[in-house]
Amino acid sequence: MLKNSQHHYGLISVLLHWLMAFMVIGLFNLGVWMVDLTYYSKWYRIAPDWHKSVGMLLAVLWCIRLLWRLFSQQPKSIASHRAWQRLLSGIVQAYLYLAMALMVLSGYLISTEDGRAISVFGWFDVPSLGALFNHQADIAGLVHEYVAYSLIAFASIHGLAALKHHVIDKDQTLSRMLGRKP
Amino acid sequence: MKKLLLAATLATLSALPVHAADYVIDTQGAHAFVQFKISHLGYSWLYGRFNTFAGDFSYDAADLTASKIQLSIDTNSIDSNHAERDKHLRGSDFLNVAKHPKATFVSTKVVAKAGDNFDLHGKLTLNGVTKEVVIAAEKIGEGQDPWGGYRAGFAGTTSFALKDFGINYDLGPASSTVFMELSIEGIKQ
Repeated sequence: MLKNSQHHYGLISVLLHWLMAFMVIGLFNLGVWMVDLTYYSKWYRIAPDWHKSVGMLLAVLWCIRLLWRLFSQQPKSIASHRAWQRLLSGIVQAYLYLAMALMVLSGYLISTEDGRAISVFGWFDVPSLGALFNHQADIAGLVHEYVAYSLIAFASIHGLAALKHHVIDKDQTLSRMLGRKP
Repeated sequence: MKKLLLAATLATLSALPVHAADYVIDTQGAHAFVQFKISHLGYSWLYGRFNTFAGDFSYDAADLTASKIQLSIDTNSIDSNHAERDKHLRGSDFLNVAKHPKATFVSTKVVAKAGDNFDLHGKLTLNGVTKEVVIAAEKIGEGQDPWGGYRAGFAGTTSFALKDFGINYDLGPASSTVFMELSIEGIKQ
């Protein structure tokens, strides 16, 4: 039920996948929206606070998910998938992991350059490591922006490919990630 | 012949009337400050400064109106003690430092006032816009320093509307004007 088997994803993998998917999409939209808020908007302070808080929680889930992926059984590829499809989806998925890590790190570096901690919904603080390099907030900000767009581009490819497998190929790719057993 | 030429040169130089002395602003020892304050919501003053700048001036106590100053400020060095805010201030909503990495002030005339006070007129270039501003200035003091040099120091204030320099981000009705506070110490060259 919780764990993966040779042919299906268990609840832990499924929940991690969809929870993080919604968080990434939510963070992206929140981020794009909040940078243009006016000073007198009631969201001017709360939106970045939530963005940072959810981002730090994503970092925790990212670590759990990577460990789970590395140390639990992974279902085999679906037999009808071609070699090039497996390779391509592997590359896209690897980049999604990398990009999420870069987003969390660069976001952290923007907010913590001056020694301020990041408060996660007021529950706990993620301490600052101070300024690690010159122009930290600016450089990290650029990385955060460009990686965000690339992450959403890759996530879109990932999602469209899943839909293609579901609708056109009528295989288990998407339904497997919804927790269904073959 | 060489000696004669040297003597002649020295004689000519020493015969020139001594005008205003030239000073370099002591940024090396950080005895100069380019600070600003702006109202936060009308409830308090927010202070910040530019950490990197350079400039020089010529100053003659006997003929104040012959004095001149030029100052070049690295807008990237804005520091309001908050990394996220400074990032915002460097961005296109405010200083646009990628496009306008320098702000400059070049004096055009000096108008003496009572005591050690004077008005320093000049052209301020900020965010790519050049406008005339007047700095209300005061000589604080001058004299020998303990290390064999000679120093002169001044303080000045001016203010301007952000929108005059193409900065249109709305910080609220109480925060449309920024107040500059300058503290300048120069070492005589």
